[in-house]
Amino acid sequence: MADLAKAKEQFRFYTRLHLSELTGLRASTLSQLANLIKTVPDSCIYHHTHRFLQQHQYLSPEPPNDFAYWATQVLGEDRLGEELASIDTVQYSTLKELREKIVSTIEKNLEEDKFAKLRFAHSGEEFHFVKSISFVLPTNHIVGDLKEFIEALKNVTLDSLYFHIFEARLRLGRGTNDFSNWIENSLDDKNLAQQIAKLDPYTFTLEDLRKTIIKITEKRIFL
Amino acid sequence: MPKIEEYIPIVGQSVIDDLRLLSGRLKDKVVQHVNSTAVGGGVAEILSRMVPLLKDLGVDTRWDLIKGGEDFFEVTKKFHNVLHGRQDELTQRDFDVFMATSQKNIDEVNIYGDIVFIHDPQPIALIKKKSQNKWAWRCHIDVSNPNQKVWDFLMQFIPNYDAAVFSAPGFSQRLSIRQFLIAPSIDPLSDKNRELPEEEINAVLAKYGIKKDKPIITQISRFDRLKDPLGVIEAYLRVKEHVDCQLILAGGGASDDPEGVQVYEEVKEKAKLDKDIHILLLPQNDLEVNALQTASTVIIQKSIREGFGLTVAEALWKAKPVVASNVGGIPLQITHKYSGLLCHSIEGAAFAIKQLLNSPDYAKKLGQNGREHIRNNFLLTRHLREYLLLFLSMYHPEDLVYL
Repeated sequence: MADLAKAKEQFRFYTRLHLSELTGLRASTLSQLANLIKTVPDSCIYHHTHRFLQQHQYLSPEPPNDFAYWATQVLGEDRLGEELASIDTVQYSTLKELREKIVSTIEKNLEEDKFAKLRFAHSGEEFHFVKSISFVLPTNHIVGDLKEFIEALKNVTLDSLYFHIFEARLRLGRGTNDFSNWIENSLDDKNLAQQIAKLDPYTFTLEDLRKTIIKITEKRIFL
Repeated sequence: MPKIEEYIPIVGQSVIDDLRLLSGRLKDKVVQHVNSTAVGGGVAEILSRMVPLLKDLGVDTRWDLIKGGEDFFEVTKKFHNVLHGRQDELTQRDFDVFMATSQKNIDEVNIYGDIVFIHDPQPIALIKKKSQNKWAWRCHIDVSNPNQKVWDFLMQFIPNYDAAVFSAPGFSQRLSIRQFLIAPSIDPLSDKNRELPEEEINAVLAKYGIKKDKPIITQISRFDRLKDPLGVIEAYLRVKEHVDCQLILAGGGASDDPEGVQVYEEVKEKAKLDKDIHILLLPQNDLEVNALQTASTVIIQKSIREGFGLTVAEALWKAKPVVASNVGGIPLQITHKYSGLLCHSIEGAAFAIKQLLNSPDYAKKLGQNGREHIRNNFLLTRHLREYLLLFLSMYHPEDLVYL
């Protein structure tokens, strides 16, 4: 077992709880959807591309975002739905870029498929734009080395894991996840930091993501 | 009444820890709920469970009632009906009655909360007492297509609140104030939802002469056209052509609703078409509802309109495969083909029921997914967390709040 390095700075786990705020904005057609996606706040884009991750964590590891779900299930636009669901969120480091990709995917579909413009949602099935309001709180889990990190990671809520992986990277614009950041800068373990940063978190359930990070870190300790 | 710790085996320690973290941030605040009735109806049912748990979490929470005579509650019932999209005549006298009683309540109800939480239209005019404190209006009604006259009337009050709360995205309106989405919830420890011993279930089935010799399809709903009980029978008869099964239609009493009595009679008449249809007029009996749901093979909720449709959450919590209309709050509870099947017609409902009866593994998977979806999103603990966040949001206008 390698010597267990002590961190220059301790890592405190935070948790994030969310509340949905309604905007009163709704779309019945793809054109309306694209136009509204261009103008709604970032917290709406964030909500509709990340809601499934938390609400449907046990169902499927893939992230069927709300736009994809609506296009497929309500408008019957299977191809567009698949294209929207396939947007590789992990590639985008800002919500602005992600928003532009979603808009361009819908607009391309509208240009290429003349029937796409004609489709509309029935009353009651419109797309309703919702914002995600995040409340960030410190937890009592504070760690100073990788062993403590693993122990804490086993016990924090999925909300906490979610905050440090998804919210930190995309919504707070930190570029990478908080764990990699701490491991690289406070423990000088670039290799482990990169292994965690390389994971595509959107293709795991949150519980599997937790297990995977623990496994990678344990392997590192017991090298 | 259960203590908050009793929910730990169901939702996990960490969920309760989060509630404690949040409630700690509200220690110096008094939360005052106001509605129109202490018993009966969904709002009173939710408050009677919420208020003790919020207190248990250390949030100073109190619950007050407004007063009103029969004429006032007749008017508010009309409001309720037309906001739900039903037809009813409203006269100037109705609005005058509403305002006269509201004024009495404005004069008499003591407002002391730092956060005042008003439930439904009955006490809405109390907002006239607003001072430096925070006010939220909780609308429990489906207002996706409200009667314009009543909505305009309510709009003289709503913009004066700090926030409004709706149960489904489709109910939101263009408002100048913040509006939040908070779905209702079920209590996993209540008689309606706790796990029942087999003998208790069998006793209820025996009481109503129901045998377990063929699959049971059940809809639990009051006898109301908006719940489409006749459509349920139609769907069942189509299924019965291919799969031998039985149907239970069970619902609360309808004696105070002349139309309900008529619908009940029509349902009984139509039920004569098949000996395996059981029509049960249940008084408010949560244990029996629980037993019937638990004993069912497939649960149906074929509503034409629905506020939220908590019977769906109840069924999913029991890991039952559910076929339900894509209306109101139902699509929030069922993701089509993931946690149940959504339908838009009698034919669609019949097809979905047949699918589930003929594919028990698929049905089981949907039921299991449904139960987990309810555990994560529609239990009382989630509702408590969102109420605590709502109270905190009254002091934090930003989208990202560091506490």
